[in-house]
Amino acid sequence: MTEQDRNVTEDELHAYVDGELQAERRSVVELWLTAHPDDAARVAAWRGQAELIRARYGAVANEKAPRQLNLARLARRRRRGVAAVAAAAAIAAFIGGTAAGWFARGAEAVTSSDQRRFTADALEAYRLYVVEVRHPVEVPGDQRPHLVEWLSKRLGSPLRAPELDKMGLKLVGGRLLPGPTGASAFFMYEAPSGERFTLYCGHTSDQETALLYTSKEHNAAYYWVDHNLAYVLSGPAERDKLRAIAQAAYDQIDVRTPPQGG
Amino acid sequence: MSEFRDQIEAAIPALRRYARALTRDTETADDIVQDTLVRALRSEHLFHGGDVRAWLYTILTNLNRNRLRTLSRRPVVTQIKDNDAATGGPESGSRDITRALDELAEEPRAALLLVVLEGLTYREVAEVQGVPIGTVMSRLARARTQIKSYLDGERPALRRVK
Repeated sequence: MTEQDRNVTEDELHAYVDGELQAERRSVVELWLTAHPDDAARVAAWRGQAELIRARYGAVANEKAPRQLNLARLARRRRRGVAAVAAAAAIAAFIGGTAAGWFARGAEAVTSSDQRRFTADALEAYRLYVVEVRHPVEVPGDQRPHLVEWLSKRLGSPLRAPELDKMGLKLVGGRLLPGPTGASAFFMYEAPSGERFTLYCGHTSDQETALLYTSKEHNAAYYWVDHNLAYVLSGPAERDKLRAIAQAAYDQIDVRTPPQGG
Repeated sequence: MSEFRDQIEAAIPALRRYARALTRDTETADDIVQDTLVRALRSEHLFHGGDVRAWLYTILTNLNRNRLRTLSRRPVVTQIKDNDAATGGPESGSRDITRALDELAEEPRAALLLVVLEGLTYREVAEVQGVPIGTVMSRLARARTQIKSYLDGERPALRRVK
């Protein structure tokens, strides 16, 4: 069986149209097309589509770019630290629908009222702020000591913002939020991929618990209680990953020593 | 370092073109390009040589995918093609290709645009989309078949059935 005898596949037709075919195969395809009008028609149609697309959008590249895309300006903003936070902007995955009502699953279905309330509020805060472009946090992560001190003061308990750098998560910053039992602290972390995770924390009288999982559409959360503080770690609904992060946060917070200056 | 910036700068027109075709909306497209640039600047220290352009396409493609995921539902494009007087006239060709692109799923659309509009090789598209070349080719095939059917006048609804 020679090169010429082998049937031309559809993949080869695409590769032919896109200039991805090797020279010797190209002439085989050309010969084939003269004998197979259906394939020739398809190839012509595909080329026509490409022409239409280029005719419609090709000229965009010649337009003057708007000011918002001025690279020097974006770089300046970044240096001022504004854009660094704004960056993850559209990474805004994870907005689910508008349905209310969170639910626990399986063996973890026994929920205390604080678990349900904290998890609901934490996931709501997550949904709200993880998509926020300009002001996802009130205090940026590069002011970690100030942030932790401020939130500790407002909650009246020494807090920690866990160091999750080993998991590839950078502290974006934090903010103060109203919670089920008063003030709540909210820390936001971000992965290089743009995924964001948040840690929500407030007072509870609930017993200490292990990590309790709740998922809601694309998002999920782990809830736990430690020293009369309820914590909710929220993120995209990838259970294993979320658990690993929650575990790391839990381990750091659980250390029975006073916080080391944030 | 400034060479890195220069390469980004040089890619902006193409990124705008790709984003415009990908979103079919000028403002959304430029917002995504802006996010792409900010993200690229921020990751400057992570970049150790290689093709900046392909990397930018990767960021932009991911940002758009995430954006679509955030929409709780996609707007439904209603076809009133046959009797719609507005589809006549000199612009009808452009309008039809735009609607044809609307009909595609995100991944095939991105694959097709990267190849025919941006001139990326199959291998580059595979890297941008993070899939094997075979998957790129099947996305390409799906996009082209669907556009052809659309332009040939078939009702897309018939082909949407899973």
